[in-house]
Amino acid sequence: MIGLLARRTASLVLVLIGVSIITFTISHVIPGNPAAAAAGSNASPEQIAAVNKRLGLDKPLPEQYVIYVKRLLHGDFGESIVSAGPVSADFTARLPASSELALAAILLYIPLGIGLGVLSARAPGRWADAGSRVFAVLGVSVPVFWLALVAQLVFSGHWHWLPSTGRLGAGVAPPPHVTGFFTIDAILAGQWSTLGDALRHLVMPAVVLAVTNLAVLARMTRSSMLEVIGQDYIRTARAKGVSELRLLTRHALKNALIPVVTVIAVQMAGLIAWQFLVEYVYSWPGIGSWAVTGITNSDFNVVMMVALFGATLYVVLNFLADAAYIVLDPRIRDATE
Amino acid sequence: MEPEPLLEEAPLSVEAELDIMTIGVRALRGRARRALGAAADIRHNVGAMVGVVLLAFVVLLAIVGPGITGHSSTFQDLNNSLAPPSAHHLLGTDELGRDIAARVVAGARISLVVAVIVLGLASVVGGLLGLLAGYYGGIVDGVIMRVADLFFAFPQFLLAMAIVAALGHSLNHAILSVAIAYWPRYARLMRAGILSAKTTVYVRAAEALGCTSPRIMLRHLVPNCVSPLLIQATMDAGIAILTTASLSFVGLGATPPTPEWGAMITEGRDYITTAWWIPFFPGLMISIAVAGFMFLGDGLRDSFDPRVRNRIGF
Repeated sequence: MIGLLARRTASLVLVLIGVSIITFTISHVIPGNPAAAAAGSNASPEQIAAVNKRLGLDKPLPEQYVIYVKRLLHGDFGESIVSAGPVSADFTARLPASSELALAAILLYIPLGIGLGVLSARAPGRWADAGSRVFAVLGVSVPVFWLALVAQLVFSGHWHWLPSTGRLGAGVAPPPHVTGFFTIDAILAGQWSTLGDALRHLVMPAVVLAVTNLAVLARMTRSSMLEVIGQDYIRTARAKGVSELRLLTRHALKNALIPVVTVIAVQMAGLIAWQFLVEYVYSWPGIGSWAVTGITNSDFNVVMMVALFGATLYVVLNFLADAAYIVLDPRIRDATE
Repeated sequence: MEPEPLLEEAPLSVEAELDIMTIGVRALRGRARRALGAAADIRHNVGAMVGVVLLAFVVLLAIVGPGITGHSSTFQDLNNSLAPPSAHHLLGTDELGRDIAARVVAGARISLVVAVIVLGLASVVGGLLGLLAGYYGGIVDGVIMRVADLFFAFPQFLLAMAIVAALGHSLNHAILSVAIAYWPRYARLMRAGILSAKTTVYVRAAEALGCTSPRIMLRHLVPNCVSPLLIQATMDAGIAILTTASLSFVGLGATPPTPEWGAMITEGRDYITTAWWIPFFPGLMISIAVAGFMFLGDGLRDSFDPRVRNRIGF
């Protein structure tokens, strides 16, 4: 098991190097960038040449790559042309808002998705099956930014139940900074009205983000459960009189969840991408809306830092899923190497 | 006396060529039978039929064009801006008084063309690289597939976003970047197919009879390996439309006044509470088109590969 984990860790490092090669290629090899972008749109050829020299863009590509990676490892992601400060400072300031939204969506969709999957696997009837299939296809087909707009129209525009944008209402001061999560910080400070306001702002983006992933997860859990339920050991357990609940949770679900872990890790790619769009629609002050503003302003370093962060996060999550696989599945864990 | 050969170097004897053809025809016949069976199967597959109906609707709109609505997609009628859906303007008008129905129909053509170009590029380039990797193996395989692995590590939307941000914002760049994000899975599919087809008797026979490599690859291997690529392309067509629309929504793809669905939603975003029909109908059309491809691709997969049925997800 240790050997397997070590090998996976080594491949994680290789993949991360690969990710940096891709972002390097995009930012250094595609013509027009980044010197022209860094020098501004009205820069003279001399200014661009100066920037080229300052950023080391006149050196051969392999040397440039080494410089690039060194800068990344030092946390230097360049400067924003909008805030004129380092990109990483803006990033750190916006990270908690994004994490709070992402965690809320994950806490909603994973238990619900697995629960729905188990339920529909218990009674794989024709109509329930067709229903969940339609729901799953819709979950993938409906554009998340459009769903977010429609939710905004219905729940804020029409019924005025929920605020349409932002993290807190106007005039509500953020709670004292501890974690950066407004909900948790409000609880820690005992500011219950702030907590209520933060939750009312959080619920719509979180639900929209959860719904798009929920259906696919339910469907995957269902098929994984069906496969496990058909196996001999389940029949044996049933014959021995194990209760249906215990059978489903202790015997079937435990094995059925192993492939589901991988599904969840792969889904994170979608979750990261859709979060951009949801944050943009709800003016959520996180990394996603920052990236979209960066795109609009041609603030190239912002876009590249977010892309690099998203890819790294995705790679690490997938590595963790692989590691969990090795730890959870005795067939892999005890395999002779 | 023996007759002189017509050609100095006949690449293969007539008998050998005939033998290969017989084996090939047999394989073709089997394939045709499977395809017919699959087609018959699809008629009983409710999901696939729903997909066909939805797609037929979108394709029909794209073919007939904006004229069907009785309005032009570009004509501005400023006296009649932000008009709600009515008998005259079926889906209402936007802030410049343009007919939403005409623009939505014009968008159907754009989205279908986008899907065809993205998947054409991704599957031809990916398929070709997968073919080379699978057929030659060794270092060719190593290099191509490691590069493909690199792309797999990157979430596709982020990759496409970063590439367009570098290339400059335009619909053409968005199409190119989505294709770049998609080719690796076609390379993998093709390579897997080639690896298993390479060991079959008819390919060995073709090799033994001295067929050239390109001939074996294109005449014997590729036709037997394309169906998984076609199914994947059908399912990806929906995602390609969705991704391109998302890029346009954040300002990386089509720009106004192009009647691209994603760009139309951005334009109408500010009017969500006062004139909901501007962003609503383009989004509905994206959902219909994407769901159509999803249902159809899903049904095709079931029909071509019964092992998958009920095993993997939706």
